[in-house]
Parts: sequence; C-alpha cells; structure tokens
Amino acid sequence: MLTLTDLTKRYSTGDRALTQVSLHIPEGQVVALIGPSGAGKSTLIRCVNRLVEPTEGRITLSNTELTSLSSRQLRCARRRMGMIFQEYALIDRLTVMENVLSGYLGYTGFWRSFLRRYPQPVVSEAFRLLQRVGLEPFIDKRADELSGGQRQRVGIARALLQSPEILLVDEPTASLDPKTSRQIMRLIKELCAERRLAAIINIHDVALAQLFADRIIGLRAGEIVFDGLPDQLDAEILTRIYGEEDWNTAAEPEAEIESDLEAVDTRVQTDAAGLKRSVPAVGAV
Amino acid sequence: MPVRYPDHSTNLADARWKLHTTRKQILIWLAWLLGISLFLLCWKQISDNTMWVFVEDAPRQGADLISRMLPPEWSYAHLLWKPLWDTITIATLGTLLGIAMAFPCAFLAARNTTPHGLIRSAALMVIVSSRSINSLIWAMLLVTILGPGILAGIIAIALRSIGFVGKLLYEAIEEIHPTPVEAIAATGASRMQVMSYGVLPQVMPAFAGISIYRWDINIRESTVLGLVGAGGIGLQLNAAINTLAWDKVSIIFILIFATVLVSEYISAKVRKAFI
Amino acid sequence: MNQQERLAAAEQGLWKPLPLIRDARYRWLLIIAAVVYLLLAVISIDVNWARVAEGLSRGMNFIAAFASPDFTSRGGDILDGLIESLTMTLTSTVIGILLAIPVGIGAARNIAPLPVYLFCRSIIAISRTFQEVIIAILFVVMFGFGPLAGMITLAFATIGFMAKLLAEDIEDIDARQVEAIRATGARWLQLMNYAVQPQVMPRLIGLSMYRLDINFRESAVIGIVGAGGIGATLNTSLSRYEYETAAAILLIIIGIVMATEYISSHVRKWVQ
Repeated sequence: MLTLTDLTKRYSTGDRALTQVSLHIPEGQVVALIGPSGAGKSTLIRCVNRLVEPTEGRITLSNTELTSLSSRQLRCARRRMGMIFQEYALIDRLTVMENVLSGYLGYTGFWRSFLRRYPQPVVSEAFRLLQRVGLEPFIDKRADELSGGQRQRVGIARALLQSPEILLVDEPTASLDPKTSRQIMRLIKELCAERRLAAIINIHDVALAQLFADRIIGLRAGEIVFDGLPDQLDAEILTRIYGEEDWNTAAEPEAEIESDLEAVDTRVQTDAAGLKRSVPAVGAV
Repeated sequence: MPVRYPDHSTNLADARWKLHTTRKQILIWLAWLLGISLFLLCWKQISDNTMWVFVEDAPRQGADLISRMLPPEWSYAHLLWKPLWDTITIATLGTLLGIAMAFPCAFLAARNTTPHGLIRSAALMVIVSSRSINSLIWAMLLVTILGPGILAGIIAIALRSIGFVGKLLYEAIEEIHPTPVEAIAATGASRMQVMSYGVLPQVMPAFAGISIYRWDINIRESTVLGLVGAGGIGLQLNAAINTLAWDKVSIIFILIFATVLVSEYISAKVRKAFI
Repeated sequence: MNQQERLAAAEQGLWKPLPLIRDARYRWLLIIAAVVYLLLAVISIDVNWARVAEGLSRGMNFIAAFASPDFTSRGGDILDGLIESLTMTLTSTVIGILLAIPVGIGAARNIAPLPVYLFCRSIIAISRTFQEVIIAILFVVMFGFGPLAGMITLAFATIGFMAKLLAEDIEDIDARQVEAIRATGARWLQLMNYAVQPQVMPRLIGLSMYRLDINFRESAVIGIVGAGGIGATLNTSLSRYEYETAAAILLIIIGIVMATEYISSHVRKWVQ
C-alpha cells in the first residue's frame, strides 16, 4: 500500500539523512522502525507526508505518487496519513475536543474551522474516538491539564479522526513511563487491527518494538540494514543496527531481549524501573 | 596573624588582576576616555546654545510657576470631562485600529510564518518606520492632511502602535513551539488553518498582554496630541499655557495624572488575568 | 448546561466550545457595555469631511515627497537640529542613568528604608505619568528655550524609566548572595558593590542602550514645544508645507533609529 523507492534525503548542510531507501508496506501491517539516534528514522517518517521534502526517490500511497503533488493535492494526501508525535504536539491552550477535531481540518474550510462549526457526524465521531481511548469525560479540559499518557491518547484520537489509511508514529513513547508506554503501544496496535491500518512506528525501545510490531526494520546511517520478523532479531543483527563496541557494554539487556517474549513481558510489568534503565543502554549508541 | 593577613590578600589581588591582560586593560581605559570626552563635547555643544542668564533664573522661575499653579482652579474641571473622554477615545480606538493592522503585519514579519523573504523585509520596514516616528509627529503630519480633530489623533496613535505591537508580537510568534504547528500541517490543514490552530492559540496570551500594555501607553501619549491640534485634553492644555493660565494647567495635570494611574492599574490587572 | 448534558450532546454531534466567560449574564453585560462604548466613541469622532477631502491631495503630495526627499535646501538647519538632538540624547542618557541609580536603589523595598522608598517611588511615578512633552513645557518655562531644557526633560524621563526597572531588578535579586556578603561584615557600599551590582549590571547596560534609542526618538518631538533638537526643524518644515524637507528629516530619523537598534543589539550580546 505504501511504497518507498530509492528515497534519498540530503539536508542543505550536506548531511545525508537517508540513502536510497526502498520498502513496501502492505495494508494493515504494523512496522517498527528501529535504529540509533540520527539514523534517519524521524526523517524517513517526515518524508512520507512531506513535512520534510525528500531529495530524490518516489513515495506511493495506494497508487498516488506523493513526491510530485501540488500543495493542494498534498493536503488531500496528508488527510490519508495520520501522524502521532513524540511530544504529543497538542495545542496546549485548546480543549481536548478542539484538539481531536483539528484532525478534520484537511476536510473543512477555513471559516468553518475557525468558528468551530464542525458537521454533526464529525463531532460524534470525535466523541466516539475519545470514548475509545477512554477520555470522553475530559472533552472540555484544556490539553495542558492532562497527563502525558492522556495527551498521547488525544494525539491518537486526532490522527484517527482523519480516517487515515496509514499511521506515521514518531517516538510515541519517548516521553512516557514504561507502563504508559506499553498501554499506548497496545492501543495503537489494537486500533490498527480494528481499522486495518498500516503503521510505521519509529521507536527507540527494542523490547516494545518486538512486542507490538509485525515487522521490524533496522535503520543505520540512513540505510536499511535489517528487515524481518520480530523474532529474527538477535544479538548479531542488533550489532549490525546499533554498532559493535557499545553493544558489548550493554551485554545484559541484550541477553534479556534475546530471551523469549513472555520473559520480557513479565519483567516489564514487575520491574518497570529496571527496563527504563536498560533502554538507554540499547538506544544511546 | 596580622602579618599573614595582608600577605594573603596581595596574593589574591595578584591572581585577580591576571584576569585582565594589559592589552585589554588599555582598551578599557581608552574606551572610557573616548566616552568621557564625547560626553564633554556634547555638553559643551549644549552649553554653547544655552542662555545661562535664564538658567540662573530658573529656581525663581520654578517657584513663581508653582505659586501661580496653586491653588488649582477646581471650577474649570467640569469643562474638562469632554476633552478627557476624547483623549480616552483616541487612545482606545487608536489602539484597536493599530492592533488590527499590526496583527497581519506581525505574521508577515515573523520568520516562521512569513510567506516570502521579500514580504518579510517589507513588513519589517513598516514596523521599524512606525516605531521610529513618535505619535506626536504622526499627529503633526495628519493634522496638516486631515485637519485638526480627533480623527487625526486616532490615526496617529494607530500608526505608532503598529510598530510596537507588531515587533513584540512577531518576536512572540518566532518563539512558539514548532511541533504543534507541524502536527496541524500533517493533518492536511491549509495554510490559514495552520495559522489559526497551530500558531494563534500559542501567541494569544502574549498578544492580549501586549495590546493592553500599548493601550496604557497610548492613554499617556494621547494626552499631548492636542498640542498639535489632534484633539483631546492636550487642546485645553495648549490653550491654558498660551494664556498663561497656570491654575488651569495644574488642574489639567491632576486629571492627567489620575487618568494615567487608573489606566495603568487596569492594564496591570488585565495582564495578570491573562498570564 | 452541566457536564452530563454536554457529554450527551457531544455524543449526538452537538458541540460548541465553552465560552471564555462562563456566566452568561456577565458575558452579555460585558459585550453590551463594549458595544455601547464603541458606538459612543465612534459617534464622538467629529469629522469635517470637506476638510478631509481637501487634505487628501496634500496627503498624496506628502507621500510623493518620500520619493524625492530634499536633504539639501535646508541642509544647514537639518544638520544643526540633528547635532542638537544627538548631543541631547547622549548627555541626557548619561546624566539620567547616573541619577537613576541612586533613585532606583532607594526605590527597592528590600534595601531602602520606608521614607526613602516612598520619596523615590513618587519621583518615579511623576516622571513616568507625564509624557515627555508636558515635562518639556515646564522646563522650557524654567530654563528658557533651547537644548538645555530638552536635555533636562529627557534626563528626568530617563530617571523614571531606568529607576523603576532597576528597582524591580534589585527587588528580584538572589537574597542568599546578599546575605552571604552581609555575613562577611561588609559595609553598605561594599554590599552594593559585591552583592547587588554583579547581579543587575548586564541588564542595566542593556536597558541603557534601549533608553538611548528611546531618548533619540523623544528628542525629535520635544522640539515642538521649544526644547531644541530636530523636532523644531521638522515642525517648521511642516508648517511651511515643505514636504520634501520633512520627508528627508523623517527618513534620517528612521535611519538613525535603525542604526542605534542594530548597535544596541550587538552591545547587549557582547555584554551577556
């Protein structure tokens, strides 16, 4: 459904963020994108909806070629791609309901949105989404009054109101504690299954990626170095993605990730703080 | 003990003086020398253009002035309510008009919302010109064009306010968080929708605060616009001064003082409410 | 409408954002008061449209004059006025700041005794309330026409501006540092020098640059009431309808303000 062909991004500073990345994501597949900081994960996600303009290559979303669209056509294409952000990216001073309704902006005119005159079915859909993520009592609360996990759920509801075909998820759990991280990832996974949505989730936490993704792509220095199933991920491949020397110092978490999923699952629940300690060791390379 | 103490302190002093190299020290002294001679030169220029006889007379003149101002002619006050109303009208309508023009200007001037670099330069030029020229000068120009009256005053205040509000607002716009803006753009929103959902809520408190602050300043400014014929209490002030009716001048001063204090109080209250 | 009803309505798709002021009566009262005030204010603008129509052509001439500003035919006057404005600006800023320092210290509640505090605060209040032009009128009466009256006016206005901000700064300083110095047995002046000065100095320099800029802009207007400077030249050229000269003067003012702003931003960066 989403196909990237030879996608390359060079920043004006000369840094190469992505080099000839090609991949295909079928409908309903949840893909986790892992890799060290600066590997180009965020750039890749932002190239798909052209928040960052790719330098070369093609992006095709259900037969629409995205890189050549005019700005008007691009807006129509962006409606089909919901995006979820690391720092939630809510509008702090607007209410929860207004934040969710902002997902409908691509479908409505300026004055209607400015005067908050949204069509009745859209408002009730927004309400149902808030119910689905468990936040309907808070519709009139301002976004900055919510906790981190609640805010991220508002962000998810906003993305879903676009009725997207694919979710672009940028570090959804980086600002959350381990328990909330799992809840958010589970929610995203469930919603993708309910709506047959594809998703690209760019994530630092390898354990979470293995738990909730159908497929894992490892990115290093702007190139795909691994593309496979979660249980194919072993020490050798992690070394390929994250690098040799630093990987050796993180021997213990590596062993844990290697162990079977059940074990990781219980460990996260029983020793949340321990996991949090192990995460930077994996991601900080 | 008394022997060791001074010894210790000289060591410390030595260590401190090393912070400034000799070369830097000389430069600092040179800068001071230059500054002081410039100041003296300017002072001489002023002193040459001054009739010192008048200055020697100043304390007597001042005492004379105060004695003529007291007691204020209270009965004159009831003629001042209309001019005072006009003054407040000039300030309020002028501020409204000014912020209405400053608002789009600020969005065009902010680096992150401007549609084009050239438009940005033009908007910055408007802001700088408006800031450089005092409202009294604007009033002088407008009185020769529109004729004397409140309208000239309102427009003068508005033109001066563009620069003030525009500058502070565009700085606020440049300081917003970029991610919410990105998020709104990612939903497929149009440019105007990105402004109204992503940018506007973030700068709204700053905008309200700046506007009310400018209104407070404008009350003060509009008290003198009458001196050049642009309406308000300044007209009465001018008339009273020209007829040397200092007891009327003093009552006008008292009224201005009270009005400005009240407006400052209101402005401070409202600004606090918005933060 | 209570919370439950709002939720039920939202489920049906009926939703409006909550108004800024929740109490409906209070909200409408404010709206009506604002509308009535605006109506009254607009009505009280009394415009002589015939005069405006006549003046518009003059306005056009003035705008056209910006295309061909005349720097030369009154070049001497402009130069004199400019030098006077600049000298007034510089001297008044220096004198004003020197005087503002003691007043500002006196107006800081945390280091000044109450009578001194009240005295200094009232100086600040008077200086800040009255527009520079009004103060200039009084000083012109006292000191006679010319730049001296202008300089004293600007210095007086500078005192109010700087002393208020300085006092606020001093009131905000870190009390622990003051106590630490006081604990060494320092005298009052030493206390000022070691505990207060380092904390407020960078901002003081920044504000001084800003005030220099303001003083120049103000020096261009107080000439209107006879206090010297370029304002007098501008006033004359306008009353003679010499728009080309007036345009030239305005352009010079804009240029100088831009230059001082540029320099002061650099100085501020350098100080911090």
